[in-house]
Amino acid sequence: MNSNIAASIRTKRLASLIPMLSMLIPEDAILSEPEQLKAYECDAFTTMRQIPLLTVLPDTIEQVQHIMRCCHALDIPVVARGAGTGLTAGSMPVENGVLLGMSKFNKIHDINLHNRTAWIDPGVRNQAVSDAAAPYNLYFAPDPSSQLACSVGGNVAENAGGVHCLKYGLTVHNILELDVITIEGERITIGGQALDAAGYDLMAVMTGSEGLLGIIVGIRVKLLAKPASARVLLAAFATIEDAGNTIAEIIGAGIIPAGLEMIDQKGIQAIEALMHAGYPVDAAAVIICELDGSVEEVEDELTSVITILNRLNASDIQISTNEAESKRIWAARKAAFPALACLAPDNYVMDGTIPRRALAQVWTRINQLADEYQLLVVNVFHAGDGNMHPSILFDSSDEDQHKRANDLGTRILELCVHVGGTISGEHGIGLEKINEMCLQFTGAEISQFHALKNAFDDKSLLNPGKQIPTLARCTEFHAMHIHNGEMPFPHLERF
Amino acid sequence: MTEVLVLSQTDKQQAPVLSEQTPTVTAEVIAEQVKNAYEQQSPLKIIGCGSKAFYGRSISGVELTVSGYSGIINYEPSELVITARTGTPLREIEQLLAEHGQMLGFEPPEFSDNATLGGTIACGISGPRRPYTGAVRDFVLGATIINGKGEILKFGGQVMKNVAGYDVSRLMTGALGTLGVLLEISLKVIPKPAFEETRILPYNHQQMCTLLSTLGRQPIPISATYLHNNLLYVRFSGAKAGVVSAAENIGGDVLRQAELFWHQLKEQRLPYFNQDRTLWRVSLPPSAPCIPDLLVDTESITEWGGAQRWVYPKDTDALQQWASDNGGHASGFRNRCGASNSKANSSDANGSTFSPLSPALLTLSKRIKNSFDPHNILNPGRLYKDL
Repeated sequence: MNSNIAASIRTKRLASLIPMLSMLIPEDAILSEPEQLKAYECDAFTTMRQIPLLTVLPDTIEQVQHIMRCCHALDIPVVARGAGTGLTAGSMPVENGVLLGMSKFNKIHDINLHNRTAWIDPGVRNQAVSDAAAPYNLYFAPDPSSQLACSVGGNVAENAGGVHCLKYGLTVHNILELDVITIEGERITIGGQALDAAGYDLMAVMTGSEGLLGIIVGIRVKLLAKPASARVLLAAFATIEDAGNTIAEIIGAGIIPAGLEMIDQKGIQAIEALMHAGYPVDAAAVIICELDGSVEEVEDELTSVITILNRLNASDIQISTNEAESKRIWAARKAAFPALACLAPDNYVMDGTIPRRALAQVWTRINQLADEYQLLVVNVFHAGDGNMHPSILFDSSDEDQHKRANDLGTRILELCVHVGGTISGEHGIGLEKINEMCLQFTGAEISQFHALKNAFDDKSLLNPGKQIPTLARCTEFHAMHIHNGEMPFPHLERF
Repeated sequence: MTEVLVLSQTDKQQAPVLSEQTPTVTAEVIAEQVKNAYEQQSPLKIIGCGSKAFYGRSISGVELTVSGYSGIINYEPSELVITARTGTPLREIEQLLAEHGQMLGFEPPEFSDNATLGGTIACGISGPRRPYTGAVRDFVLGATIINGKGEILKFGGQVMKNVAGYDVSRLMTGALGTLGVLLEISLKVIPKPAFEETRILPYNHQQMCTLLSTLGRQPIPISATYLHNNLLYVRFSGAKAGVVSAAENIGGDVLRQAELFWHQLKEQRLPYFNQDRTLWRVSLPPSAPCIPDLLVDTESITEWGGAQRWVYPKDTDALQQWASDNGGHASGFRNRCGASNSKANSSDANGSTFSPLSPALLTLSKRIKNSFDPHNILNPGRLYKDL
């Protein structure tokens, strides 16, 4: 937007909004100084930034309702933010819009031992839920890598996963009820304390809606009993094919591992350089497999998995015998991203998900594309559920490299869609992948998404411009996104 | 029975094509029918095979039969995913999965020999395994639908994790066809447990709650519970060693022919279900108290660790209120003999009576319905009078 026009809108909006907000919101919960606002200009996708009009930090549900009523009356956009650990600019402010920080909603109100549920505020950290439930031998299953810092409200907004979701599900499988404030400031209960609720499954629609449909102010999460036993295996392979076939065989044998990860050679080397965890640096790939359940169950499955590993030429098999050893193997995997930071200043983490059968094909093609774009790509893969996390390493201070990294990212996501997968398994769309939505959905599907959004927010004030692209944007994207004069995958439906 | 080709791991280049049972009708033909209805604003009544015709409110409309759109499209056991057209008989899907040691985790009832996949998803009814492995909606990964304008749309996919766009496929589950005509569904499947055992204990409701509350905080592989006339049945499923040790720990008698029993329970073929009056389903937090005798007959069936209760009410309005006060909801589920619900809405006498929505939720639900079906032609009134 023209900066003069933007500045004039800003002045007008501040003049009308601040007095209205102040009727119910304490002065110190309204941040308007540039240095205060700077802290809210981006989430963990730091290459996109925008200073908000105001940041408001409510601490009661009534205050949230009031903020929504003010913004609705004045037609001012609202972007909700949890802990700001999102990876897709989903909670990046919009120009001249309010940033609604939910960090003061940080209480665990109730843990119900009989129903195995907890009623919590949206700003509670993911790990804090499991910590609070631990004395009762319970935990909250979704465990995104950012679980020490990320908020459960953000987990719901993004439908967060983690390394254990093949067996224990995503956030959508682990919540029962949401307390939601609509854009009109109305408070509604979605879902309930029972296992199902009457009417449409609005829990499904709200989960993963990236702040476009309502503001979450309360969450009832399910808690699971901690497994009695958990063993972690690490095995090395000389070929990607053997590693891929091992994964297919483990699952084909009726075993659902709690976690099943795969790392390529460049990833292994980077991790080993940082962590010295004993990863075999010559291997083409390693897999990490966690088995959990009752002691008897785990021993049974362990025997079956070792048989499969031996048959498929695995080497350097390590098996944890206690929790400390399990932690050591996982700690190295979880350090993958810090390890990559040693290789390049910037790391563009992709999140495409593919049917596992396409793994070798996609992996090979990604390596070809990396050569084509002259960039280093490291593959870390939630192999159990097909969620790939190729990391494109680059230096954003070099404009050409930055552009090549973005273009390569688009090509990788296009490849994921082409083999029957999706552009995002768990990180969400936000702004980061909004163009690639046009690769996955037709115009009619995107129009249906907009119609659904409109049912919740007819003025389009909640996190506008995120997640669902406009049809015009898709037309523009398709026009620009042509390689050597040819559309990629010409058989795919276009506008 | 469909002929099936399961691809080996070496055939990675091609999408695994499965049974090419040719559907007797194309998606485009069905979409054309919907489009005509949209243009003429003429309501449609969507029909699979009618096995759950009793479920939902009675409606009228031009019949749109979708059972001809059948056949399994894609199944590869190591992917844990099956994709099929919605006219495919549920039984065919379950047989194919069983041949590969897998199953549908939500243990759906069929209620007749020819129940279809589409009806199973549209009704969203889950069986005894539901609290322990998940509900229908938890297994839905993707859906191809026709919206109320006759457009064929595809949401979700065939992968376990997919957060691109709103989760429309799960929204279709249990919507009784009021938001879209279901064409194709992808479901996550799970391995069949290696071993199962059911134990019977002489427990009442309170003893059941105490026991299950304690067991629920331990990693014990419970896969179903049933309480009726002070007998508690607990099923364990999983690796043999784990099941045997859990069953021995809990004690009680071993139930013979357990598989048949759980099947009869989910299909509602136990004598309790076969009465000349309206059966109600009460969905509650598991630890909710016993429903007071003033509201329901003393004899009832409690499943899902306390979370699902089958009752014959004395006062339906009061039951709905009590369920709501206790964190759940109550619905008139099935009326076998056309007996009228004395105090329920008389217009629903021959159909289900779903628990009323709050005014705010009803308004929102109407807007959602309108966003998929602007001319209100898809099963209008089947779920609620206004949806």
